[in-house]
Order: sequence, then C-alpha cells, then structure tokens
Amino acid sequence: MHPAPSIILFTTLSGFGFGLLTFLGLGMPNYTGFIAFVFFAIAYVLAVGGLLFSTFHLGHPERALKAFSQWRSSWLSREGICAVGALIVMAIYGVGRVFFAQHWGIIGGIGAILSLLTVYTTSMIYAQLKTVPRWNMPLTSPLFMALAITGGALLAAQVKIAIFMLIFSAIIQVAYWVMGDGRLAASGTNMETATGLGHIGKVKAFEPPHTGTNYLMREFIHVVGRKHAMKLRTIALVLGFVLPVIFLLLPFGHIFALFAVLCHIAGIFTSRWLFFAQAEHVVGLYYGKR
Amino acid sequence: MTTLPTSTQKKLGLVIDLDTCVGCHACVVSCKGWNTENYGAPLSDQKPYGGDPSGTFLNRVHSYEVQPDEGAAQLIHFPKSCLHCEDAPCVTVCPTGASYKRVEDGIVLVNEQDCIGCGLCAWACPYGAREMDAAEKVMKKCTLCVDRIYNENLPEEDRQPACVRTCPSGARHFGDLGDENSDVSILVAERGGFDLMPEMGTKPVNQYLPPRPKDTMEEFDILAPYLEPVAKDAGGFLGWLDKALDKLPGNSAGGAN
Ligand code: SF4
Ligand code: SF4
Ligand code: SF4
Repeated sequence: MHPAPSIILFTTLSGFGFGLLTFLGLGMPNYTGFIAFVFFAIAYVLAVGGLLFSTFHLGHPERALKAFSQWRSSWLSREGICAVGALIVMAIYGVGRVFFAQHWGIIGGIGAILSLLTVYTTSMIYAQLKTVPRWNMPLTSPLFMALAITGGALLAAQVKIAIFMLIFSAIIQVAYWVMGDGRLAASGTNMETATGLGHIGKVKAFEPPHTGTNYLMREFIHVVGRKHAMKLRTIALVLGFVLPVIFLLLPFGHIFALFAVLCHIAGIFTSRWLFFAQAEHVVGLYYGKR
Repeated sequence: MTTLPTSTQKKLGLVIDLDTCVGCHACVVSCKGWNTENYGAPLSDQKPYGGDPSGTFLNRVHSYEVQPDEGAAQLIHFPKSCLHCEDAPCVTVCPTGASYKRVEDGIVLVNEQDCIGCGLCAWACPYGAREMDAAEKVMKKCTLCVDRIYNENLPEEDRQPACVRTCPSGARHFGDLGDENSDVSILVAERGGFDLMPEMGTKPVNQYLPPRPKDTMEEFDILAPYLEPVAKDAGGFLGWLDKALDKLPGNSAGGAN
C-alpha cells in the first residue's frame, strides 16, 4: 500500500492524543487548574491535529459531515462519531478539571471509553479489509490500542504503567510482524485464483492493460518499503520501545522523560510507515506484482 | 445507504468469455467514450500526450501467459470491470452512503454528490474495479451502463452496455444472472463459468468463461512412420561445416540434434 503521509500522521498523532485523553479521563495525572489545562491542550492538539491531517487525504473535505451517516455498516463512519463524541465529552470533563478543580468521574470515565473506542474503530478500518491480508488479522486492533495506551501513559507521565506498556506493546508489535509475514500466502489468494486460470497452468502477467501507470498501481503497489523492512523494524523497535524503557529506568528527570517520549514517537512513526508500506493489496496480483 | 440489500430482484451483470476475447481493447475505448460524457463526472486523463500518461478507466484488459505442464504456453486476454458483487465490500465500508447497491437490479453505483473521495471503497475491492478520478476527486466505477440499458431514447439494439455492444468478437454478454433461464445463465452453465477470487467471499455477479481446451495435432497419415525421412545429412559445404564444427572441442549448443 502507498504510505500516504496524511494517513500516517493522522493515525499516529490521533492515537497519541486519544491515548492521553484516556488517561486524563481516568484522572491520571491528578492535576487541576493551569497544569491540567496544559495536559488537555496537548491531548487536543494531537487528537484534533491528527483528524485534520486525515482530511488532507480526502478528495472533497467540504463534504466530510456526510461521513457521520453510515455508522450501521462503515467503520470509518463509526470512527468519526466516536472521535467527535470523545472530544465533546472530554471537553466537558476538562472544563471541570481546569476551571472548577472537580473530578467528574462518570463523565471522565465515559470520555476515556469513547477515546479508546475511537482508536479501536480506527484499527478496524484496516483490520476489516480482506483485500490486505497483512491487516486482516486479529492482532491489528490490539496493536493499535496497545500503542495508543503506551503513548498515552508516556504523555500522561505515568512512568510505571508506561514501562509495563512499552514492554507489552513491543511483544505485540513483534508478533504482529511475524504473523503478518505469512498472511498473504495463508490467505490462499494468488494469481491463479485472481484470474481463475490456474487449472490450465502457471499464470504469468504478460502485458499490463496500459503502457503507463494508474491509480490502482500508485495506491496499492509499493515495493520500496519491503526492501528495507528488516532495518526499519529494528529502528522502530529500538527507538519506539528499547530506548524509552531505558530512559524511564534511569533516575527520573524531566529531560529523560522528554527523551523517552520523543524516541517513542519517532519509533511509532517508523512502525506506522511500515504498517502501510509493507502491506500487500491483492489487486497487485492482477499486475503480477504485490 | 451502505448496508447491502438482502436480495435483489435481478442480478444484472456481464459474462466475459476468455476463449473469444482477442485483446483488442475496443471495450476499453467504447467504455471510456460513453462514460466520460454521460453518467457523472468525466473520466479524466493526466498528461495524455506527455511522458507519464495516466487516466481513469472503468474497464481494463490485462493479458496473461499461462504455461501448462505440457505443450505450448497460452496467451489469454482478460477484460476486467466491476463485477457488481452480491456481497460488495466496497459498499459497506463507505462512510457517506455514496456507494450503494440497487435493490431492483443489483447494480453497484456511486452517488458522486455524496462521495468525499476517501478512497476506502477502492481499498476494499479485491478486483481493482474502482478508480479515483484525479481531476474530479470522486470515485469512478463501472455503472453497467445504467444510462443505456434502460434508455428509451436509444434504439432497442443499443440498450446494452457500451462494451458489450462494441466487442467485435462477442466476448462480452449482458443479462440477468439471477434468472436461471436467461441466455447468460445458460451460457454460464454450459461453459462452466467461474468467480474471480471466490475466497474473498464477495460473490461476484459477473462470470468468466474459461478458455476452451486446446486440441492437439494428431498424426494424420498412417503411412507417415514408414516413409523415408526427407531430410538427409547435409552434403557439400554445409556438410563439411557440420563435420568440421563437430570435431571442435565442446558441445554444440542450441541445435535440435
Ligand atoms: S467488483 Fe469491486 S467495486 Fe465492483 S461490486 Fe465488487 S467489490 Fe465493489
Ligand atoms: S471514496 Fe466516496 S464512494 Fe468510496 S468510500 Fe469514500 S465516500 Fe464512499
Ligand atoms: S458496462 Fe458500461 S461502464 Fe461497465 S465496463 Fe462496460 S461500458 Fe464500461
């Protein structure tokens, strides 16, 4: 799949934002007044900023309101509804914290659940697609949610939870990569089923339908990512998980905490880039590619 | 509404004959010609005369080489447009309701006024049947020429999809695949029509007819084995060359004997 910067920025940033909102809704950290305002501001910049990046991906962002209508069948529509719901509920909760020094537990709890649900709906947009076997598997949603909770814990300065979640997410991340590598072969889709000509013999793409490229090839066939996959995975693991754990285990200081957050964010961007760049769409088979 | 109808009154679709398609791309051209000036936004081209031409098409023809275990390879031309799937994943993923499947005839369409151009439906389609138009930024797909097949302003013989009407070798057939007595259904039954990527669970309405088995050349003269071979060892200059080359060290590669 083509790793579009707008989608990578959107899923990563909003994942962090909604992860942080989840912790804030649960009253972690337990600040009020101006410090609470700063935490809420960071969360909203990430979550709303991510959502704004996602509209750059749309051909007609001016019609975006229509995307709230099809929650009965569409995960993308459900994501929009959950996101707006979470942002509204958490804004009410945030007003209580910042201006009235109140912890409205029920509202915060609902906001936290909606925030996590938003991340889940995002993950399901990818996990539902049978056409991309590497995404269409049970670990995709746990991966997105674990990463959001990890990032949220780091941003909310919940050191113990963050260390635990970093280790937990690293395990899910590696498992996701290992399982993902076999998914296309296991899906049973190949050039023979794509063309239905397997009963005659081995199928080879002889001539594409056109001399140039097209939307399908630009969008679905991306081979550069796979070339350096092992190197990039190592970079993502070290930056995203190993270094942050080391920084957090050092005697606590704000500067190390900042390093941990920055490394983690860079690592997750790398992982998310790979998530797209490595994914094979079955339509590539019609072009003899993947 | 992007939930799928539980059943449709008809299942209009195409039957594509891989045996007779000659790979002329006439259907590609007629499809583009009709659809760029009828239903919805035009089908744009980018740099059509430049170094890197590309454009939107609703129907494309691939060509495959298939190598059987024995005998010569076969070249098979393979037209592909939307298969108007019964269980169309492109419809259910659409967040706006722009994509829908019609209850009356099963045609899958995009209401371009509602499309936000998110591209998710193209991601969900296993067949590459949807293309985002780079100029209009809305999703384009085969309409089964919905503006021809019911169009009473056209002469009766033209009330079928442009690609079907144009095909010079009769490789594309249009009809109701939900009616088991229709011409297309009988054709599919007789020729063993099949689904593309059945494992995707999309239940495509369009069907493909396999290439007919190739016959093999039989020995046509029962006396042939008893005849003297016509070709003898070459004499003269070629004979000398043959012997001279044989004497050189190393194998003579590339020859039949
Ligand atoms: S072929 Fe693709 S675009 Fe057409 S109905 Fe099936 S899934 Fe949808
Ligand atoms: S590109 Fe248009 S038709 Fe396709 S899913 Fe998005 S809104 Fe629906
Ligand atoms: S039915 Fe019409 S829109 Fe569909 S491929 Fe044929 S000519 Fe194109």
